[in-house]
Amino acid sequence: MSVLIDLFSLAAIGAGVFFFFAGTVGLLRFPDSLSRLHALSKADNLGLGLVVLGLLPRAENPLAAFKLVVVWALVLLSGASTAQLIGRALRRGRK
Amino acid sequence: MSPSILAGLVGAALVGLGLYGLILHPHPLRKLLAFNFIGSGVFLVFGIVARRGAAARFAFDPVPQAMVITGIVVAFAASALAVALILRLAAASGKVTLDPEAWSGPDDGGAK
Amino acid sequence: MSVLPALDLGLALLVVGVAAWTIAARNLFASVVGYVAYGLLLAIVWIRLYAPDIALTEAAVGSGVTGVLLVTAGKRLDAIKAAETGAPPGLALRIFVGALAVLVAGALAWVVVTLPTPAPSLAPAAAAAADGPGAGLGNPITAVLMSYRSFDTMLEKVVLILAVLGVWSVGPDKAWGTAPAPLRKAKAEGAMVFLAQLLAPAGALIGVHIFWVGADAPGGAFQGGALLAAMWMVAMMARLTEPPRIDSRILRLALIAGPAVFLVVGLAGLLLAGNFFAFPSAFAKPLILFIEAFMVLSIAVALPMLVAGPPDGSSEP
Repeated sequence: MSVLIDLFSLAAIGAGVFFFFAGTVGLLRFPDSLSRLHALSKADNLGLGLVVLGLLPRAENPLAAFKLVVVWALVLLSGASTAQLIGRALRRGRK
Repeated sequence: MSPSILAGLVGAALVGLGLYGLILHPHPLRKLLAFNFIGSGVFLVFGIVARRGAAARFAFDPVPQAMVITGIVVAFAASALAVALILRLAAASGKVTLDPEAWSGPDDGGAK
Repeated sequence: MSVLPALDLGLALLVVGVAAWTIAARNLFASVVGYVAYGLLLAIVWIRLYAPDIALTEAAVGSGVTGVLLVTAGKRLDAIKAAETGAPPGLALRIFVGALAVLVAGALAWVVVTLPTPAPSLAPAAAAAADGPGAGLGNPITAVLMSYRSFDTMLEKVVLILAVLGVWSVGPDKAWGTAPAPLRKAKAEGAMVFLAQLLAPAGALIGVHIFWVGADAPGGAFQGGALLAAMWMVAMMARLTEPPRIDSRILRLALIAGPAVFLVVGLAGLLLAGNFFAFPSAFAKPLILFIEAFMVLSIAVALPMLVAGPPDGSSEP
C-alpha cells in the first residue's frame, strides 16, 4: 500500500515539476507579455496543484493536508487575479 | 562547504553589491534599495552566527534569530521614513537627486 | 544526500544573481520587482539556516510590505513629474567603488570563513528563558523576544511609532491631521476588488492563526501583524477602504497599544515578580499572549501607515 502511495506521490509531484518547467521555458521563450503571462499562470496553478496533490497522502494529519489545499487555493486566487490585472494593464498600455 | 558558510558568503557578496549600488546609483530610491541589500547581507551573516551557535537542544541560537526579526522590522521602518523624505524632497524642489552639485546652482533650487 | 548541497549552491548563486540584476536593472520598477523576488529567495535561504521565523518575517515584511512601499513611492514620484535626476557616475568612479565593494565583501567573507570554533552561543540562556520566565512557550524565538530580551522588543515597537511620527511630520504643515493619500489614484478594477474581497478576510484569519501558533511553532506577533497589515493594504489598494485621518483617536490608540501594554505589564512585574519585565511564572504564557495580541494590533496599524506616507490633505472633501 505504501509503495502505491509513494508511486502516486512521485507521479503527481513529477508531473507538477514538469508543468513548472514548461511554464518557465514559456516565460523565457514566448515572444510577448500576454503569452508569457499565459504560460506562467498555467504553470503556477496546475504545477502547484499537482505538487500539493502528491504531498496530500504524506501529510501528518488532516489539518496539515487542509493547510496544503488552502495554500493552493490562495495561490489560485491571487495568481488568477494578478494575471488579470497585469493583462488589463498591458491592454491599456497598448492603446 | 556547509550551508551556513555558504549563506555567510552570500551575505558578504550582498553587502558588497549593496555598497556598490548605494554609492553609484544617482536615484535616491535605488540607493535605498541598495542600502536594504547591505542590511539583509548583515542579517544573513548574523544568521549564520545563530546557526553555528547551536547548543542546548536547539539547532540554532534563538537570541540572534530574535534580533534579526526585530532588525527586519526596524529596517522597514527606516526605509519608510527615507521614502517619505525622498518624496517630500522631490515635491518641494522638483529634483530627484541627492547630488550636492545639483543643489549649488545660482537659483538655489528648491530653497524657499 | 548529494542533492542538497547542489541545491544550496544553486540557491546561493540565484540569490546573488537576482541581487546583482536588481542593482544593475535599468529602471526603478524592474529593480523593485527584482527586490521582491530576491526577498522571497532569501526566505528560502533562512529556511535552510533553520530559521523559519525569520523566513516568515523576511517574506512578509522584507519582501512584501517593502515591495508595496517602493512601488507606491515610485508611482508617487512619477506623479510629481520631477524630471531632473542626478547624472550617472563616470567610469573611474565606477572602478574605484567596485574595488571598494570587492574589498569590503572580501573582508567580510574572510571573517565568515574564520569564525571561531566552537561558536559562542546564548542558546543555553535562551533555553533557560524558555523554561523559566517564558514558561509554556514552545517556540524559543518567542520566548527570547518576549522574555529574555523583552526590553528590546518593547523599544522596537517604540521605534515603529517614532517612524510613523517621522513620516507624518514630513508632510506639509497645512495637511496635519488629515488623511494620507490613497494607495492608488485610479478607481480599482473589478479583479482587484474581487481579490481584496476574497483574500483580505482569509488572509486576516491566517494572520491571527500565525500569531496564535507563534507561541509554540514558527510564527508570532511580527509575522501575524505583518500579514494583517498586508491585508489592510490590499483592501486600501482596492479602494474598499481609505487610509484613516491621522488625528483619529482610535488610530493613535491602536498604534501605542502594543508598547503601552508591554510597559504596563513590565512595570507590574516590578511589583509582583520583583523585577522589571519579569512575569509571574504561574501565568507567564497567558500574560505573554496578552501582550502579543496588542503588539499584533500595533504592527498591523503601523506598517500600513508607514506605507501610506504623510498626510497630504488631497483627500479632504
